[in-house]
Amino acid sequence: MAEFEPKIIAFCCNWCTYAAADIAGTSRIHYPANVRIVRVMCSGTVDPIYILRAFEMGADGVLVAGCHEADCHYLNGPLKCDAMFEKIKKMVNTLGLEGERLRREMIAAAEAPIFAHVIEEMVEQLKKLGPSPLREGVKV
Amino acid sequence: MNLEDIINKTKTYYCLECGKCTAVCPVSRHNSNFSPRLMLERALMDSEGELIHDRELFSCLTCYACSHLCPSEVDYPVFTQKVRSLASSQGEHGDCAHSGTLLSLMRLMSRPNIKQRRLDWLDGCHTSEKSEILYFVGCAPYFEPIFEDIEVSPVNVARNSIRILNALGIEPMLLPNERCCGHDLLWTGDVETFKKLAQFNAEMIKESGAKKIVFSCPEGYRTFKIDYPQYVKLDCEPVHITELLAQNLSKLSLRPRAKREGSNPEVKKVTYQDPCRLGRHLGIYEPPRELIKAIPGIKLVEMEHSGDESICCGTSVWTNCSSCSKEIRIERLSEAKATGAELMITACPKCQIHFKCAMVDKGAEKGADVKMEVMDLVNLVANAMETQE
Repeated sequence: MAEFEPKIIAFCCNWCTYAAADIAGTSRIHYPANVRIVRVMCSGTVDPIYILRAFEMGADGVLVAGCHEADCHYLNGPLKCDAMFEKIKKMVNTLGLEGERLRREMIAAAEAPIFAHVIEEMVEQLKKLGPSPLREGVKV
Repeated sequence: MNLEDIINKTKTYYCLECGKCTAVCPVSRHNSNFSPRLMLERALMDSEGELIHDRELFSCLTCYACSHLCPSEVDYPVFTQKVRSLASSQGEHGDCAHSGTLLSLMRLMSRPNIKQRRLDWLDGCHTSEKSEILYFVGCAPYFEPIFEDIEVSPVNVARNSIRILNALGIEPMLLPNERCCGHDLLWTGDVETFKKLAQFNAEMIKESGAKKIVFSCPEGYRTFKIDYPQYVKLDCEPVHITELLAQNLSKLSLRPRAKREGSNPEVKKVTYQDPCRLGRHLGIYEPPRELIKAIPGIKLVEMEHSGDESICCGTSVWTNCSSCSKEIRIERLSEAKATGAELMITACPKCQIHFKCAMVDKGAEKGADVKMEVMDLVNLVANAMETQE
Protein backbone atom coordinates (compact mmCIF):
# COMPACT_ATOMS: atom_id res chain seq x y z
CA MET A 1 0.00 0.00 0.00
CA ALA A 2 1.21 3.47 -0.81
CA GLU A 3 2.47 5.60 2.05
CA PHE A 4 -0.15 7.78 3.66
CA GLU A 5 -0.04 11.29 2.25
CA PRO A 6 -1.68 13.76 4.59
CA LYS A 7 -3.71 16.68 3.30
CA ILE A 8 -3.04 20.03 4.89
CA ILE A 9 -5.15 23.13 4.44
CA ALA A 10 -3.13 26.30 5.04
CA PHE A 11 -4.89 29.62 5.57
CA CYS A 12 -2.22 32.16 4.64
CA CYS A 13 -2.46 35.92 4.96
CA ASN A 14 -2.16 37.80 1.68
CA TRP A 15 0.59 40.14 2.82
CA CYS A 16 3.04 37.87 4.58
CA THR A 17 2.72 34.11 4.54
CA TYR A 18 1.14 33.92 1.09
CA ALA A 19 4.00 36.05 -0.20
CA ALA A 20 6.44 33.75 1.62
CA ALA A 21 4.89 30.75 -0.11
CA ASP A 22 5.17 32.63 -3.39
CA ILE A 23 8.84 33.37 -2.83
CA ALA A 24 9.44 29.76 -1.79
CA GLY A 25 8.09 28.86 -5.23
CA THR A 26 10.06 31.38 -7.26
CA SER A 27 13.22 30.55 -5.31
CA ARG A 28 12.66 26.85 -6.05
CA ILE A 29 12.70 25.83 -2.43
CA HIS A 30 11.40 22.28 -2.23
CA TYR A 31 8.64 21.41 0.18
CA PRO A 32 6.06 18.61 0.19
CA ALA A 33 3.07 18.97 -2.09
CA ASN A 34 0.62 17.97 0.68
CA VAL A 35 -0.47 21.49 1.38
CA ARG A 36 -3.42 23.32 -0.19
CA ILE A 37 -3.11 27.05 0.37
CA VAL A 38 -6.16 29.23 0.89
CA ARG A 39 -5.33 32.91 0.61
CA VAL A 40 -7.07 35.16 3.12
CA MET A 41 -6.66 38.92 3.42
CA CYS A 42 -5.54 38.72 7.03
CA SER A 43 -5.00 35.95 9.58
CA GLY A 44 -7.45 37.92 11.72
CA THR A 45 -10.28 37.04 9.32
CA VAL A 46 -9.89 33.31 9.88
CA ASP A 47 -12.98 32.12 11.72
CA PRO A 48 -13.28 28.86 13.69
CA ILE A 49 -15.72 27.62 11.03
CA TYR A 50 -12.98 27.72 8.34
CA ILE A 51 -10.93 25.30 10.40
CA LEU A 52 -13.84 23.06 11.36
CA ARG A 53 -15.06 22.92 7.76
CA ALA A 54 -11.57 21.89 6.65
CA PHE A 55 -11.63 19.00 9.13
CA GLU A 56 -15.21 18.21 8.17
CA MET A 57 -14.20 17.93 4.52
CA GLY A 58 -11.35 15.58 5.32
CA ALA A 59 -8.23 17.63 6.06
CA ASP A 60 -5.62 15.86 8.19
CA GLY A 61 -4.07 19.08 9.40
CA VAL A 62 -4.79 22.80 9.30
CA LEU A 63 -2.25 25.62 9.36
CA VAL A 64 -3.19 29.21 10.11
CA ALA A 65 -0.31 31.49 9.19
CA GLY A 66 0.03 35.24 8.88
CA CYS A 67 2.15 38.27 9.65
CA HIS A 68 4.19 38.83 12.76
CA GLU A 69 2.39 41.07 15.20
CA ALA A 70 4.08 44.31 14.19
CA ASP A 71 3.75 43.65 10.44
CA CYS A 72 -0.02 43.50 10.15
CA HIS A 73 -1.56 45.60 7.38
CA TYR A 74 -4.67 46.00 9.49
CA LEU A 75 -2.93 46.81 12.78
CA ASN A 76 -4.13 44.00 15.04
CA GLY A 77 -5.03 41.02 12.83
CA PRO A 78 -2.54 38.61 14.42
CA LEU A 79 -3.89 39.41 17.89
CA LYS A 80 -7.41 38.65 16.71
CA CYS A 81 -6.13 35.47 15.14
CA ASP A 82 -4.40 34.45 18.38
CA ALA A 83 -7.57 34.99 20.38
CA MET A 84 -9.59 32.94 17.89
CA PHE A 85 -6.92 30.26 17.83
CA GLU A 86 -7.03 29.80 21.62
CA LYS A 87 -10.73 28.99 21.34
CA ILE A 88 -10.57 26.68 18.35
CA LYS A 89 -7.62 24.85 19.89
CA LYS A 90 -9.79 23.95 22.87
CA MET A 91 -12.67 22.82 20.64
CA VAL A 92 -10.42 20.72 18.45
CA ASN A 93 -8.88 19.18 21.56
CA THR A 94 -12.34 18.30 22.88
CA LEU A 95 -13.11 16.70 19.52
CA GLY A 96 -10.17 14.41 20.30
CA LEU A 97 -7.77 15.57 17.61
CA GLU A 98 -4.05 15.61 18.35
CA GLY A 99 -2.52 19.05 18.95
CA GLU A 100 -0.19 18.66 15.95
CA ARG A 101 -3.12 18.70 13.54
CA LEU A 102 -3.76 22.38 14.12
CA ARG A 103 -0.89 24.82 13.93
CA ARG A 104 -0.53 28.56 14.20
CA GLU A 105 2.53 30.27 12.70
CA MET A 106 3.72 33.77 11.99
CA ILE A 107 5.75 33.82 8.80
CA ALA A 108 6.85 37.09 7.24
CA ALA A 109 6.97 37.67 3.48
CA ALA A 110 10.75 37.20 3.37
CA GLU A 111 10.72 33.98 5.40
CA ALA A 112 10.22 31.52 2.53
CA PRO A 113 12.60 28.90 3.98
CA ILE A 114 10.67 28.99 7.25
CA PHE A 115 7.41 28.38 5.37
CA ALA A 116 8.94 25.39 3.61
CA HIS A 117 10.32 24.11 6.90
CA VAL A 118 6.95 24.41 8.69
CA ILE A 119 5.23 22.44 5.95
CA GLU A 120 7.94 19.77 5.99
CA GLU A 121 7.68 19.43 9.74
CA MET A 122 3.91 19.25 9.68
CA VAL A 123 3.82 16.62 6.96
CA GLU A 124 6.31 14.53 8.91
CA GLN A 125 4.24 14.75 12.10
CA LEU A 126 0.99 14.01 10.30
CA LYS A 127 2.47 11.00 8.57
CA LYS A 128 3.29 9.60 12.00
CA LEU A 129 -0.22 10.34 13.28
CA GLY A 130 -1.99 8.86 10.27
CA PRO A 131 -5.30 10.03 8.79
CA SER A 132 -7.59 12.27 10.81
CA PRO A 133 -10.17 10.29 12.79
CA LEU A 134 -12.79 12.74 11.55
CA ARG A 135 -12.08 11.79 7.95
CA GLU A 136 -14.06 8.55 7.99
CA GLY A 137 -16.88 8.55 5.50
CA VAL A 138 -15.63 11.60 3.62
CA LYS A 139 -14.38 11.40 0.08
CA VAL A 140 -11.09 13.30 0.14
CA MET B 1 -41.74 13.24 2.73
CA ASN B 2 -43.12 15.92 0.42
CA LEU B 3 -45.05 19.01 1.39
CA GLU B 4 -48.40 17.29 0.92
CA ASP B 5 -47.42 14.51 3.33
CA ILE B 6 -46.25 17.09 5.84
CA ILE B 7 -49.54 18.94 5.59
CA ASN B 8 -51.45 15.71 6.10
CA LYS B 9 -49.29 14.58 8.95
CA THR B 10 -49.38 17.83 10.91
CA LYS B 11 -53.02 18.50 9.93
CA THR B 12 -52.28 22.06 8.96
CA TYR B 13 -55.47 22.08 6.88
CA TYR B 14 -57.39 22.46 10.15
CA CYS B 15 -56.11 26.04 10.34
CA LEU B 16 -59.04 28.42 10.89
CA GLU B 17 -56.97 31.47 10.00
CA CYS B 18 -57.88 32.99 13.35
CA GLY B 19 -54.40 34.50 13.65
CA LYS B 20 -53.88 33.70 17.33
CA CYS B 21 -50.54 32.15 16.43
CA THR B 22 -49.27 35.32 14.81
CA ALA B 23 -50.61 37.45 17.64
CA VAL B 24 -48.65 35.50 20.22
CA CYS B 25 -45.55 34.78 18.13
CA PRO B 26 -42.54 36.61 19.59
CA VAL B 27 -40.91 36.77 16.15
CA SER B 28 -43.94 38.27 14.39
CA ARG B 29 -44.01 41.07 16.96
CA HIS B 30 -40.63 42.34 15.79
CA ASN B 31 -40.37 40.97 12.27
CA SER B 32 -43.44 41.77 10.19
CA ASN B 33 -42.29 39.48 7.37
CA PHE B 34 -42.87 36.44 9.50
CA SER B 35 -46.27 35.06 10.41
CA PRO B 36 -47.09 31.44 11.29
CA ARG B 37 -50.61 31.83 9.93
CA LEU B 38 -49.40 33.11 6.55
CA MET B 39 -46.75 30.40 6.48
CA LEU B 40 -49.47 27.74 6.79
CA GLU B 41 -51.65 29.45 4.23
CA ARG B 42 -48.77 29.58 1.81
CA ALA B 43 -48.04 25.90 2.43
CA LEU B 44 -51.63 25.02 1.57
CA MET B 45 -51.54 27.15 -1.60
CA ASP B 46 -48.01 26.23 -2.55
CA SER B 47 -48.27 24.63 -5.95
CA GLU B 48 -44.96 25.98 -7.20
CA GLY B 49 -42.83 24.65 -4.34
CA GLU B 50 -41.83 28.17 -3.32
CA LEU B 51 -42.26 27.70 0.40
CA ILE B 52 -38.98 25.89 1.01
CA HIS B 53 -37.06 28.78 -0.51
CA ASP B 54 -38.66 31.29 1.86
CA ARG B 55 -36.01 32.95 4.00
CA GLU B 56 -38.43 33.28 6.90
CA LEU B 57 -38.78 29.51 7.17
CA PHE B 58 -35.80 29.50 9.49
CA SER B 59 -37.01 32.44 11.59
CA CYS B 60 -39.41 30.33 13.67
CA LEU B 61 -38.11 29.71 17.20
CA THR B 62 -40.16 26.49 17.52
CA CYS B 63 -41.08 27.78 20.97
CA TYR B 64 -44.64 26.38 20.81
CA ALA B 65 -46.26 29.67 21.82
CA CYS B 66 -48.45 29.42 18.68
CA SER B 67 -49.55 25.81 18.93
CA HIS B 68 -50.23 26.25 22.61
CA LEU B 69 -53.05 28.65 21.74
CA CYS B 70 -54.16 27.11 18.44
CA PRO B 71 -57.85 26.16 18.62
CA SER B 72 -57.33 23.57 15.85
CA GLU B 73 -54.26 22.09 17.55
CA VAL B 74 -52.06 22.52 14.51
CA ASP B 75 -48.53 21.48 15.45
CA TYR B 76 -46.71 24.41 13.87
CA PRO B 77 -43.23 23.65 15.28
CA VAL B 78 -43.30 20.09 13.95
CA PHE B 79 -44.61 21.42 10.64
CA THR B 80 -41.63 23.80 10.59
CA GLN B 81 -39.25 21.00 11.47
CA LYS B 82 -40.48 18.82 8.60
CA VAL B 83 -40.57 21.62 6.03
CA ARG B 84 -37.04 22.57 7.04
CA SER B 85 -35.84 19.03 6.43
CA LEU B 86 -37.44 19.25 3.00
CA ALA B 87 -35.74 22.60 2.40
CA SER B 88 -32.44 21.31 3.72
CA SER B 89 -32.53 18.38 1.30
CA GLN B 90 -32.72 20.99 -1.48
CA GLY B 91 -29.71 22.86 -0.15
CA GLU B 92 -31.59 25.60 1.69
CA HIS B 93 -30.51 26.63 5.16
CA GLY B 94 -30.95 29.47 7.60
CA ASP B 95 -28.39 32.08 8.51
CA CYS B 96 -26.11 30.33 10.95
CA ALA B 97 -25.14 32.22 14.07
CA HIS B 98 -21.45 32.06 15.00
CA SER B 99 -20.80 31.32 11.31
CA GLY B 100 -22.11 27.82 11.81
CA THR B 101 -19.30 26.76 14.16
CA LEU B 102 -21.69 25.03 16.54
CA LEU B 103 -23.58 23.14 13.86
CA SER B 104 -20.25 22.07 12.35
CA LEU B 105 -19.12 20.68 15.72
CA MET B 106 -22.37 18.73 15.92
CA ARG B 107 -21.86 17.26 12.46
CA LEU B 108 -18.27 16.34 13.36
CA MET B 109 -19.55 14.43 16.39
CA SER B 110 -21.40 12.12 14.01
CA ARG B 111 -18.14 10.79 12.56
CA PRO B 112 -17.74 7.14 13.61
CA ASN B 113 -14.05 7.15 14.62
CA ILE B 114 -14.11 10.21 16.80
CA LYS B 115 -12.60 9.81 20.28
CA GLN B 116 -13.44 12.92 22.23
CA ARG B 117 -11.67 14.34 25.26
CA ARG B 118 -14.71 15.90 26.81
CA LEU B 119 -14.40 15.14 30.50
CA ASP B 120 -11.40 17.11 31.71
CA TRP B 121 -13.43 19.43 33.95
CA LEU B 122 -14.58 16.93 36.54
CA ASP B 123 -12.57 18.17 39.53
CA GLY B 124 -14.45 17.78 42.78
CA CYS B 125 -17.13 15.58 41.21
CA HIS B 126 -17.66 11.95 42.10
CA THR B 127 -18.60 9.77 39.20
CA SER B 128 -18.61 6.02 38.82
CA GLU B 129 -17.76 3.60 36.05
CA LYS B 130 -20.94 1.65 36.48
CA SER B 131 -24.17 3.09 37.73
CA GLU B 132 -27.85 2.87 36.93
CA ILE B 133 -27.94 6.64 36.58
CA LEU B 134 -26.23 8.38 33.72
CA TYR B 135 -25.65 12.11 33.53
CA PHE B 136 -25.82 13.45 29.96
CA VAL B 137 -23.37 16.34 29.77
CA GLY B 138 -24.48 17.74 26.41
CA CYS B 139 -22.63 20.45 24.51
CA ALA B 140 -21.19 22.21 27.58
CA PRO B 141 -17.51 21.36 26.88
CA TYR B 142 -17.85 22.86 23.38
CA PHE B 143 -19.83 25.93 24.49
CA GLU B 144 -17.28 26.75 27.15
CA PRO B 145 -14.50 28.28 24.98
CA ILE B 146 -16.99 29.94 22.62
CA PHE B 147 -18.88 31.83 25.30
CA GLU B 148 -16.17 32.58 27.83
CA ASP B 149 -16.09 36.18 26.54
CA ILE B 150 -19.63 36.81 27.75
CA GLU B 151 -18.91 35.06 31.04
CA VAL B 152 -21.15 32.06 30.62
CA SER B 153 -19.80 28.78 31.88
CA PRO B 154 -21.95 25.82 30.84
CA VAL B 155 -19.30 23.46 32.17
CA ASN B 156 -19.85 24.94 35.60
CA VAL B 157 -23.51 23.98 35.34
CA ALA B 158 -22.53 20.43 34.45
CA ARG B 159 -20.06 20.32 37.35
CA ASN B 160 -22.64 21.61 39.79
CA SER B 161 -25.23 19.15 38.48
CA ILE B 162 -22.92 16.28 39.34
CA ARG B 163 -22.12 17.79 42.75
CA ILE B 164 -25.82 18.05 43.54
CA LEU B 165 -26.35 14.46 42.43
CA ASN B 166 -23.44 13.52 44.69
CA ALA B 167 -25.17 15.26 47.59
CA LEU B 168 -28.19 13.05 46.95
CA GLY B 169 -25.93 10.03 47.22
CA ILE B 170 -25.83 9.45 43.46
CA GLU B 171 -22.51 8.94 41.71
CA PRO B 172 -23.57 9.14 38.09
CA MET B 173 -21.92 7.48 35.16
CA LEU B 174 -20.75 9.64 32.25
CA LEU B 175 -20.16 8.68 28.65
CA PRO B 176 -16.55 9.56 27.74
CA ASN B 177 -17.40 9.70 24.04
CA GLU B 178 -20.93 11.06 24.33
CA ARG B 179 -22.21 12.50 21.06
CA CYS B 180 -24.31 15.57 20.56
CA CYS B 181 -28.00 14.76 21.10
CA GLY B 182 -28.68 16.17 17.62
CA HIS B 183 -31.43 18.56 18.69
CA ASP B 184 -30.13 21.49 16.68
CA LEU B 185 -29.54 19.40 13.57
CA LEU B 186 -33.03 17.92 13.72
CA TRP B 187 -34.62 21.36 14.01
CA THR B 188 -32.49 22.84 11.23
CA GLY B 189 -33.55 20.01 8.95
CA ASP B 190 -30.43 17.81 8.91
CA VAL B 191 -32.30 14.63 9.78
CA GLU B 192 -29.69 12.26 8.33
CA THR B 193 -26.95 13.44 10.70
CA PHE B 194 -29.45 13.52 13.55
CA LYS B 195 -30.23 9.85 12.97
CA LYS B 196 -26.54 8.96 13.05
CA LEU B 197 -26.03 10.78 16.34
CA ALA B 198 -29.13 9.16 17.81
CA GLN B 199 -27.88 5.71 16.86
CA PHE B 200 -24.44 6.29 18.37
CA ASN B 201 -25.91 7.59 21.62
CA ALA B 202 -28.48 4.82 21.85
CA GLU B 203 -25.79 2.17 21.35
CA MET B 204 -23.48 3.71 23.94
CA ILE B 205 -26.29 4.00 26.46
CA LYS B 206 -27.35 0.43 25.84
CA GLU B 207 -23.79 -0.77 26.45
CA SER B 208 -23.52 1.30 29.61
CA GLY B 209 -26.58 -0.41 31.08
CA ALA B 210 -28.04 2.83 32.44
CA LYS B 211 -31.66 2.83 33.57
CA LYS B 212 -32.11 6.57 34.00
CA ILE B 213 -30.52 9.51 32.18
CA VAL B 214 -30.34 12.85 33.95
CA PHE B 215 -30.22 16.06 31.91
CA SER B 216 -29.43 19.59 32.95
CA CYS B 217 -30.22 20.78 29.42
CA PRO B 218 -33.89 20.94 28.37
CA GLU B 219 -33.06 20.49 24.68
CA GLY B 220 -31.24 17.22 25.23
CA TYR B 221 -34.07 16.12 27.48
CA ARG B 222 -36.72 16.88 24.89
CA THR B 223 -34.74 15.14 22.18
CA PHE B 224 -34.34 11.96 24.23
CA LYS B 225 -37.89 11.97 25.46
CA ILE B 226 -39.83 12.87 22.34
CA ASP B 227 -37.61 12.57 19.27
CA TYR B 228 -35.32 9.60 19.94
CA PRO B 229 -38.14 7.05 20.39
CA GLN B 230 -39.19 7.78 16.79
CA TYR B 231 -35.81 6.75 15.44
CA VAL B 232 -34.02 4.49 17.96
CA LYS B 233 -34.80 2.14 20.82
CA LEU B 234 -33.97 3.45 24.27
CA ASP B 235 -34.40 1.22 27.30
CA CYS B 236 -34.01 3.92 29.87
CA GLU B 237 -35.94 6.81 31.27
CA PRO B 238 -34.80 10.38 30.61
CA VAL B 239 -35.37 12.80 33.47
CA HIS B 240 -34.61 16.48 33.92
CA ILE B 241 -32.52 17.40 36.92
CA THR B 242 -35.16 19.81 38.21
CA GLU B 243 -37.72 16.98 38.32
CA LEU B 244 -35.29 14.73 40.14
CA LEU B 245 -34.40 17.44 42.66
CA ALA B 246 -38.00 18.47 43.27
CA GLN B 247 -38.77 14.86 44.20
CA ASN B 248 -35.85 14.80 46.62
CA LEU B 249 -36.21 18.25 48.17
CA SER B 250 -36.07 16.97 51.74
CA LYS B 251 -32.65 15.41 51.16
CA LEU B 252 -31.10 18.62 49.89
CA SER B 253 -31.08 20.80 53.04
CA LEU B 254 -30.85 24.17 51.32
CA ARG B 255 -29.76 27.28 53.16
CA PRO B 256 -29.27 30.85 52.02
CA ARG B 257 -25.81 31.92 51.08
CA ALA B 258 -26.04 35.13 53.10
CA LYS B 259 -26.14 33.15 56.34
CA ARG B 260 -22.82 31.54 55.64
CA GLU B 261 -21.20 34.84 54.83
CA GLY B 262 -22.48 36.22 58.11
CA SER B 263 -24.24 39.17 56.48
CA ASN B 264 -27.81 40.21 57.01
CA PRO B 265 -30.07 37.55 55.52
CA GLU B 266 -32.06 39.84 53.28
CA VAL B 267 -34.73 38.38 51.09
CA LYS B 268 -33.53 38.30 47.52
CA LYS B 269 -36.09 38.56 44.74
CA VAL B 270 -35.60 36.30 41.77
CA THR B 271 -37.64 35.60 38.68
CA TYR B 272 -37.78 32.48 36.55
CA GLN B 273 -37.54 32.21 32.78
CA ASP B 274 -39.23 29.06 31.50
CA PRO B 275 -37.13 27.53 28.72
CA CYS B 276 -39.50 26.64 25.84
CA ARG B 277 -38.24 23.07 25.69
CA LEU B 278 -38.87 22.46 29.36
CA GLY B 279 -42.09 24.44 29.57
CA ARG B 280 -44.37 24.29 26.57
CA HIS B 281 -42.61 21.33 24.92
CA LEU B 282 -42.69 19.06 27.99
CA GLY B 283 -45.02 20.77 30.42
CA ILE B 284 -42.51 21.04 33.25
CA TYR B 285 -43.42 24.29 34.99
CA GLU B 286 -43.71 23.39 38.64
CA PRO B 287 -40.55 21.43 39.58
CA PRO B 288 -38.19 24.38 38.90
CA ARG B 289 -40.48 26.69 40.87
CA GLU B 290 -40.70 24.26 43.77
CA LEU B 291 -36.92 24.19 43.85
CA ILE B 292 -36.58 27.97 43.85
CA LYS B 293 -39.20 28.33 46.56
CA ALA B 294 -37.45 25.73 48.68
CA ILE B 295 -34.37 27.92 49.00
CA PRO B 296 -34.75 30.10 52.07
CA GLY B 297 -33.99 33.77 51.70
CA ILE B 298 -35.24 33.82 48.14
CA LYS B 299 -38.57 35.07 46.91
CA LEU B 300 -39.85 34.07 43.51
CA VAL B 301 -41.66 36.80 41.60
CA GLU B 302 -43.27 36.01 38.27
CA MET B 303 -42.86 38.05 35.10
CA GLU B 304 -45.84 39.39 33.17
CA HIS B 305 -45.59 36.39 30.88
CA SER B 306 -44.69 33.27 32.77
CA GLY B 307 -45.38 29.56 32.78
CA ASP B 308 -47.07 28.53 29.54
CA GLU B 309 -47.16 32.15 28.39
CA SER B 310 -43.43 32.57 28.84
CA ILE B 311 -41.48 34.27 26.04
CA CYS B 312 -38.59 32.52 24.32
CA CYS B 313 -35.03 33.86 24.65
CA GLY B 314 -35.05 34.84 20.98
CA THR B 315 -32.95 32.35 19.05
CA SER B 316 -33.10 28.64 18.64
CA VAL B 317 -30.79 26.11 17.00
CA TRP B 318 -28.09 28.73 16.32
CA THR B 319 -29.98 29.94 13.30
CA ASN B 320 -31.32 33.30 12.14
CA CYS B 321 -30.06 35.28 15.12
CA SER B 322 -30.94 38.81 14.09
CA SER B 323 -31.87 42.24 15.38
CA CYS B 324 -35.30 40.71 15.92
CA SER B 325 -33.80 38.14 18.32
CA LYS B 326 -32.08 40.91 20.21
CA GLU B 327 -35.32 42.85 20.53
CA ILE B 328 -37.12 39.80 21.90
CA ARG B 329 -34.39 39.46 24.50
CA ILE B 330 -34.46 43.12 25.45
CA GLU B 331 -38.24 42.92 25.82
CA ARG B 332 -37.93 39.87 28.01
CA LEU B 333 -35.18 41.39 30.13
CA SER B 334 -37.30 44.51 30.61
CA GLU B 335 -40.14 42.29 31.85
CA ALA B 336 -37.74 40.66 34.25
CA LYS B 337 -36.49 44.03 35.45
CA ALA B 338 -40.07 45.22 35.97
CA THR B 339 -40.64 42.52 38.58
CA GLY B 340 -38.00 44.14 40.77
CA ALA B 341 -35.99 40.94 40.84
CA GLU B 342 -32.22 41.18 40.93
CA LEU B 343 -31.66 37.75 39.49
CA MET B 344 -33.14 35.87 36.56
CA ILE B 345 -33.08 32.12 36.91
CA THR B 346 -33.27 29.86 33.91
CA ALA B 347 -32.86 26.14 33.42
CA CYS B 348 -31.36 26.13 29.93
CA PRO B 349 -27.74 26.95 29.04
CA LYS B 350 -28.84 28.62 25.81
CA CYS B 351 -31.26 31.02 27.52
CA GLN B 352 -28.38 32.14 29.71
CA ILE B 353 -26.06 32.58 26.74
CA HIS B 354 -28.65 34.54 24.78
CA PHE B 355 -29.61 36.92 27.57
CA LYS B 356 -26.02 37.62 28.52
CA CYS B 357 -25.19 38.23 24.86
CA ALA B 358 -28.02 40.78 24.59
CA MET B 359 -26.77 42.56 27.70
CA VAL B 360 -23.26 42.79 26.29
CA ASP B 361 -24.47 43.80 22.85
CA LYS B 362 -27.11 46.31 23.86
CA GLY B 363 -25.42 47.31 27.10
CA ALA B 364 -24.11 50.62 25.78
CA GLU B 365 -27.51 51.59 24.42
CA LYS B 366 -29.87 50.30 27.12
CA GLY B 367 -27.47 50.15 30.05
CA ALA B 368 -29.10 49.58 33.43
CA ASP B 369 -32.53 48.96 31.85
CA VAL B 370 -31.57 45.46 30.84
CA LYS B 371 -28.60 44.69 33.06
CA MET B 372 -29.34 41.92 35.52
CA GLU B 373 -27.74 38.77 36.77
CA VAL B 374 -28.72 35.61 34.92
CA MET B 375 -28.06 32.27 36.53
CA ASP B 376 -28.78 28.64 35.90
CA LEU B 377 -31.11 27.01 38.40
CA VAL B 378 -28.55 24.29 39.02
CA ASN B 379 -25.98 26.90 40.10
CA LEU B 380 -28.52 28.56 42.38
CA VAL B 381 -29.23 25.24 44.11
CA ALA B 382 -25.53 24.39 44.32
CA ASN B 383 -24.80 27.77 45.90
CA ALA B 384 -27.49 27.23 48.50
CA MET B 385 -26.08 23.80 49.26
CA GLU B 386 -22.49 24.84 49.72
CA THR B 387 -23.42 26.33 53.09
CA GLN B 388 -23.34 22.90 54.68
CA GLU B 389 -19.64 22.43 54.14
